[in-house]
Amino acid sequence: MPKSLPIHALGLVALATLPLQAQETDPNLVADHQENGRWVTAEGVPTFKVEEDGTVDWATFSGFRRYHAECHVCHGPDGEGSTYAPALKKSALAMDYYDFIGVVAEGRQKVGAAQNSVMPSFGTNPNVMCYLDDIYTYLKARGAGAVDRGRPAKRADKPPEVAADEDSCMGG
Amino acid sequence: MKTIGILSLTLLLGMTLSASANDSVTEAIGNSKQWAIQTGDYANTRYSELDQINKSNVKDLKVAWTFSTGVLRGHEGSPLVIGDIMYVHSPFPNTVFALDLANDGKILWRYEPKQNPDVIAVMCCDTVNRGLAYADGKVFLHQADTTLVALDAKTGEVKWSVVNGDPTKGETNTATVLPVKDKLIVGISGGEYGVQGHVTAYSIETGELLWRAYSVGPDDQLLVDPEKTTQLGKPIGKDSSISTWEGDQWKIGGGTTWGWYSYDPELNLIYYGTGNPSTWNPKQRPGDNKWSMTIFARDADTGMAKWVYQMTPHDEWDFDGVNEMILTDQEVDGQMRKLLTHFDRNGLAYTLDRETGELLVAEKYDPAVNWTTGVDMDPASETYGRPAVVAQYSTEQNGEDTNTTGVCPAALGTKDQQPAAYSPKTNLFYVPTNHVCMDYEPFKVSYAAGQPYVGATLSMYPAPDSHGGMGNFIAWDNIKGEIKWSLPEQFSVWSGALATAGDIVFYGTLEGYLKAIDSETGEELFKFKTPSGIIGNVMTYEREGKQYVAVLSGVGGWAGIGLAAGLTNPTEGLGAVGGYAALSEYTALGGQLTVFELPD
Repeated sequence: MPKSLPIHALGLVALATLPLQAQETDPNLVADHQENGRWVTAEGVPTFKVEEDGTVDWATFSGFRRYHAECHVCHGPDGEGSTYAPALKKSALAMDYYDFIGVVAEGRQKVGAAQNSVMPSFGTNPNVMCYLDDIYTYLKARGAGAVDRGRPAKRADKPPEVAADEDSCMGG
Repeated sequence: MKTIGILSLTLLLGMTLSASANDSVTEAIGNSKQWAIQTGDYANTRYSELDQINKSNVKDLKVAWTFSTGVLRGHEGSPLVIGDIMYVHSPFPNTVFALDLANDGKILWRYEPKQNPDVIAVMCCDTVNRGLAYADGKVFLHQADTTLVALDAKTGEVKWSVVNGDPTKGETNTATVLPVKDKLIVGISGGEYGVQGHVTAYSIETGELLWRAYSVGPDDQLLVDPEKTTQLGKPIGKDSSISTWEGDQWKIGGGTTWGWYSYDPELNLIYYGTGNPSTWNPKQRPGDNKWSMTIFARDADTGMAKWVYQMTPHDEWDFDGVNEMILTDQEVDGQMRKLLTHFDRNGLAYTLDRETGELLVAEKYDPAVNWTTGVDMDPASETYGRPAVVAQYSTEQNGEDTNTTGVCPAALGTKDQQPAAYSPKTNLFYVPTNHVCMDYEPFKVSYAAGQPYVGATLSMYPAPDSHGGMGNFIAWDNIKGEIKWSLPEQFSVWSGALATAGDIVFYGTLEGYLKAIDSETGEELFKFKTPSGIIGNVMTYEREGKQYVAVLSGVGGWAGIGLAAGLTNPTEGLGAVGGYAALSEYTALGGQLTVFELPD
């Protein structure tokens, strides 16, 4: 199902201070219902859910951990970006979910006289692909300003459906 | 009171034993006016006999000339000086420059390898390269993509080229190579990609592969003799490695070999350490995971292991054992001994007999080290030679999905690859160190060829309840196992040290300072801020009666990921960013060589 691109092409400063209402009203962000233990939008795209006391959903926490094992060596801590790789907290908001998944799976190269930017293909990496929805969810939460930098202090428990999916995806 | 012998192996090597090593290398090293090998000498002492620059005049040191490499990533290693030519290397794309010192540093030739940029994506911790090697009129470059090239030292013409590994499986290179006799000893990187680590010998003349010895695997791949290869005096026995892994896990078991190599021509043994077992999640690889985290002594001709010593069985913290082995001849309990001193990532400094592998000293070289209470030194004990692990800091015992906090040192170790120096005048080791601790949370990961195989999330920070800085530069007594003095540093010291007969020691800092200190007292005598943070190693040479000191600056590497990534916040890049939060307030990227001299 094709999805329309998000309209909020916001600058860094605006992102950092995104008002809470935006999370509550932006259809690309609002957690509408749960599917297989994950929060999704009305259109079924993974999203985050942060409780009033700061407790994050399991996917956001899991995404934090997996991001910092697989992605941050190039893209920097907390999705903040580096001198040679983009800030994924912005990409997760600016890119369509399905495009985001595609780039991670297939990789992307921008190599020329002035640039040596190489994104590897993670399509065969279960540590990325089995947790890609988690990583996407975490980055979206970062981009929306719903979670701060660093390790989320409080998190929901791992839902049993997620544990079962994980086992089957990671090969037992 | 123990006294210590006056002869360092350096002197022995240079003066009396030239016949048994590669003659061209031994001759080149023996001439202290040159810097013919990255490690200063075969013994890895990083000591120079040059004494024109000394503790009374070093304060007058000034910049003689500079040279830009044109590359922004982290610059490790140092130039070589052979005759009238200085050889300078860069990180990826691994450009080599030959500078004519007789003609004001004019570029005689340059070599620009063509490498598939895909390799950038599989280098875990920046695209560093620790430098060139020289033998028999050739300069050797081991590129990021594991292509090993022999260049004519005078013209830069490619004499031969071979490929040592497969970057599509995550096999890459960051290290230099060691010329020994008619061979080049060559290692491999990729511990975070499930590589099966190995050391390989190639013919200096033709590039032909002569032997390859794996760190993990069946006995024939290890090049061990179950009866004759020993650990702490006892034969290692059959299947010593594969019996310490579950099933086929050894095939992706790590034990990479990206550190510095040393060589004893008299014993004809090469020495090096192996890296972490893959993955970083210890729960996924039950057993001692031999021979990761191990000191190897191998016959240079055949590759056969004479002895091994595994420092950190079943690693739980990514304490790679690759740091350099420094070879000295010193007196222990009234007897001259052939010693090997090694400052491990795990925070323990080991002194061994390098002929037999007997363990003489194992002590913490940073008081912050807390994961172990120490090594069992009782030969009669069942756990002889093993470190006692403190349960609170055991990521294995705390388990998957548990954040183990306050572990010291952090994964980058009390020291990483940045090499120490040894002065035979003081009998002290000068050691650049990290003073950083960590939280470590292991979790389940799956292996896929050529993909990261990490399995842990880390955050790192300065050692608590200390001076607040992230490094120290220490003087170490390897016989007593004691720190003689310790200089606090704001950031980890990630630069290789140089000791000289001028009674001074040089090292660089991450802010970019080149510092000179008194080798007896540690008193700071000189400092100069270079254009970028220093993770390179200090070298010295003499030309037309004048001594020079040179160092590459260009921040990056594991220490600089936080900065290279343009970031300033806790929670890291393979661990390293958090602790280095403030570095971007002091320095920026850029590769440059700075050469120092005394005023005329």
